[in-house]
Amino acid sequence: MKSTKGYQNVIYLDNSATSWPKPTEVSEAMVYFLAGIGANPGRSGHQLAAESSRMVYTARERICSLFNAPDPLRLAFTKNITEAINLVLHGFLKVGDHVITTSMEHNSVMRPLRALEAVGVELSVVNCTPDGLLDPLDVEKAIRSNSRLVVINHSSNVNGTLQPISEIGQIIRKYNLLLLVDTAQSAGKVRIDMTNDHIDILAFTGHKSLMGPMGTGGVIFGKRVDTLQIDPLIRGGTGSRSEEEFQPVFMPDVFESGTLNAVGISGLSAGVDWILAKGVDTIREHEVALTQQLLDGLRRIPNVNVYCSQDAQMNTGTIAFNINAMTPSEVGLYLDEDFGILSRVGLHCAPAAHKTIGTFPGGSVRFGVGIFNTSQEIDTAIQAVTQISKGAG
Amino acid sequence: MNSHHYAVVLVFATSYAIRVEQLLNHAGMETRLIPVPRQLSSDCGMCVRIPHGKMDCARALLEENGCAFEGIYPLPPGSRG
Repeated sequence: MKSTKGYQNVIYLDNSATSWPKPTEVSEAMVYFLAGIGANPGRSGHQLAAESSRMVYTARERICSLFNAPDPLRLAFTKNITEAINLVLHGFLKVGDHVITTSMEHNSVMRPLRALEAVGVELSVVNCTPDGLLDPLDVEKAIRSNSRLVVINHSSNVNGTLQPISEIGQIIRKYNLLLLVDTAQSAGKVRIDMTNDHIDILAFTGHKSLMGPMGTGGVIFGKRVDTLQIDPLIRGGTGSRSEEEFQPVFMPDVFESGTLNAVGISGLSAGVDWILAKGVDTIREHEVALTQQLLDGLRRIPNVNVYCSQDAQMNTGTIAFNINAMTPSEVGLYLDEDFGILSRVGLHCAPAAHKTIGTFPGGSVRFGVGIFNTSQEIDTAIQAVTQISKGAG
Repeated sequence: MNSHHYAVVLVFATSYAIRVEQLLNHAGMETRLIPVPRQLSSDCGMCVRIPHGKMDCARALLEENGCAFEGIYPLPPGSRG
């Protein structure tokens, strides 16, 4: 039911699309920034502009702290992770280069890579198991003399499968190529350590498990990356080197043309601060317990197929399933209309991943578990699927 | 009437100014972010104002900590920026 407090009587299991609700600190920080600071970061020289710039810098520090990234000034904010990934792929790969990715990627990776392939970039797509798991040795086998980049979805937005990113990083470190990790579904949910996991480039989105608002994201470059080798996606005003008509080449300005989404970044910063205070391990423990409960419950229902590893430790809380003889859209509608349970159905912008797990072209129903879900909600969801499945066929 | 004597740390961009400010503040130095004085640079961004007498100390701190900056310049006596 809609009220001034928002929708209260729903069970939100669509956290893989965007996290909700957010910690109250997030909206409080955004209101404070908008009402109390408001000035443009990086432009002007007055005290409010300075305060705005401090807020953005603090956001960089917090995010880098979460990922153990070496330098806050090697983080460039973007409007979302799709833009961050496009920035790297279009800016770094040149005709004749070879890039390796996996069969579990989202279209935020696949579409730019297919476009680059059409103009002369060589592309290898490494197959994953039907559970969506990647064998790091298959990545190594795909490396060629002209390979420059490996792009890996850390955790699937379709079925939550978590890839062994550290092992992949160790292999890649032996070769003269870089590792770009898409952390859309894993950032804030599992420990990610850019330094120890050998992640050269980390792309993140703000509005999922980092608890920020939509319209925030970014990319962080590790020490092995020469950012001079990456062309910016857009060019324009940066508040620096204004006397010059050419784009500055230093981080982060080279990739941050135009006014930043400072309101959004203030919320993202509060979200990351909340995660740092709570602890990623605490969040993980809660979500793994709920995910295991959901996996076990769904698997016990006759007529239900679950397309994930049975082990919640291999999953970031995203579960794909179908009810025999029902379309995902029917199931999603019944869950919403009859039970107030919110899911996402279809192909989730990831046709390659659905082909890998055997659910293409029909797609699946997806539950996305988040930190604010409860065990009772999971029980209700299992009971709802049970009831819907009894009417199937 | 006006006995101010300041210097400014010029940086590449505002984010760097925040880093310089943070470092110098941690060392107990008084700072203020101000617009880059036109006579020093045509850049329209911010720089970090420090007491004139702290120029050497600031330079040493920034260099020791690997904190990038373009230069430290004295302002004329009485000028606030």
